[in-house]
Amino acid sequence: MSEANKLYRRLVPYLPAGVVFVGAILLWEGFVRGFDIQQFLLPAPSVIGATFGENFDRLLHIGWFTTKEALGGFAIGCSLGILVALATARWTAASETLMPFAIAANSVPIIAFAPILNNWFGIDNPLSKMAIVAVIVFFPMMINTVRGLTLVDPSAVELMRSYAASEFEILLKLRLPNSLPYMFNAFKVAAALSMIGAVVSEYFGGNRSALGVFITQEAAQFRFAEAWAAIIIACVVGVTFYMVILLVERLLIPWHASVRQAER
Amino acid sequence: MNPAISVQNVDMVFPAPGGAITALQDVSFDIAEAEFVSLIGPSGCGKSTALRLIADIHQPTGGSVTVAGQSPGQSRIQHLVNLMFQEPVLLPWLNIYQNVSLSIEITKAKDHRDPAELLSFVGLKGREKDYPGQLSGGMQQRVALARALATNPRILLMDEPFAALDEFTRDRMGNWLLSIWERSRKTVVFVTHSIPEALYLSDRVLIMDANPGRIRADVRVELPRPRDESMREEISFFEQLKAIRSQMPKSLYVEEELNGG
Repeated sequence: MSEANKLYRRLVPYLPAGVVFVGAILLWEGFVRGFDIQQFLLPAPSVIGATFGENFDRLLHIGWFTTKEALGGFAIGCSLGILVALATARWTAASETLMPFAIAANSVPIIAFAPILNNWFGIDNPLSKMAIVAVIVFFPMMINTVRGLTLVDPSAVELMRSYAASEFEILLKLRLPNSLPYMFNAFKVAAALSMIGAVVSEYFGGNRSALGVFITQEAAQFRFAEAWAAIIIACVVGVTFYMVILLVERLLIPWHASVRQAER
Repeated sequence: MNPAISVQNVDMVFPAPGGAITALQDVSFDIAEAEFVSLIGPSGCGKSTALRLIADIHQPTGGSVTVAGQSPGQSRIQHLVNLMFQEPVLLPWLNIYQNVSLSIEITKAKDHRDPAELLSFVGLKGREKDYPGQLSGGMQQRVALARALATNPRILLMDEPFAALDEFTRDRMGNWLLSIWERSRKTVVFVTHSIPEALYLSDRVLIMDANPGRIRADVRVELPRPRDESMREEISFFEQLKAIRSQMPKSLYVEEELNGG
């Protein structure tokens, strides 16, 4: 009884969101049926659902293909971003020279380079998509990490110096832990960007078993229910990726104020 | 006996875009072993700078500073000195036990004290696993004091440690600092804006002047020890308060006079 009660209490805050979600789906269904909307304009959720079920294995396969590209690019881009941030934060002059360029590069629509990278790495090679994703996530990752490493309480640095701590100890005990919340913010941004980057760069061509390629091909043949089913896969992967990072953040930095506030 | 801290003819000039800023000019004072001395004066009189020279965070541009008979740098490396700021400066990702042991860990001080014992000493027994964010401002500042005592320093430098607290907490922290000082008898240099606080705690009060920072007066506090809350109500306390106030720079009161007239 009390267990069920507890579960109920935990679920209550999500109730409004759930109601809105179900309501929107029902509204969509009703809209399509009521106004007799053509299939190629907007398929009804029930049709998309049926198509999803029929092509489930195939969709899972292509979904996983693109997810691997996104994950690969995420790993490469984030690692490089953190490494460059560590290097530049160590030498203040380097970070002061590089930061304006990084911030400018962050606002460049990197996805526009997709055809060029397709050409460099080979259009069927997943590496061409990973490269795009890596470049996209690199800049927010690097900028945020540099901020976290440098925006440290000056008094804390003075305190460490008064203990005769070395620069390496200050990095390890002060700068790195301080940068974790900044890095997790960047991971969240990068998670969303990596799935967008992978799918959109596939629109410019790629392996037949990729989400972006599948969506463009099905849409070109007016098989919109299939295209929508693939979009659902992309959404589910993107949201799952974000949630996993949120979970890791909670486990790794429970002290972080924004996490603690969310728990209240 | 050699003084614990000796500051002789010290000048401190900071380079600045609009010309150099002279934070301290020809400042000299000695502080004896186990003496409690307050530095008081208007904003910008260089009292915090003086503290940072003793802690070896800055090096003077002229004159000499000696700490425990050697250079401040050597004293820092031997961990004879520990610092406390206006803000507690606790690391939010460490619980308060870990925050206190951090100074021991980094300094590798041999004759350090037990963090758990220190935390119960500052009245935080049972809170060891709490994170700084779960404590009140006064409690956090007590953790900061426990951390400062952890390496068992000979000299404690306190830069307006209670200035961010409300007046009641501030008085309580003062009482409590005194009771700890009575038991451990460290050399303390205490920077403050509050004349009653300086008077209540100290053996001596050094009054400073701003622009450039220099020592204006050196007042010995003639109040018996140990002191407690009732001291704040004594006639002798008010007399000393008046004496110190009369020595404060006139510039501090100019605005009041203008408002009054």
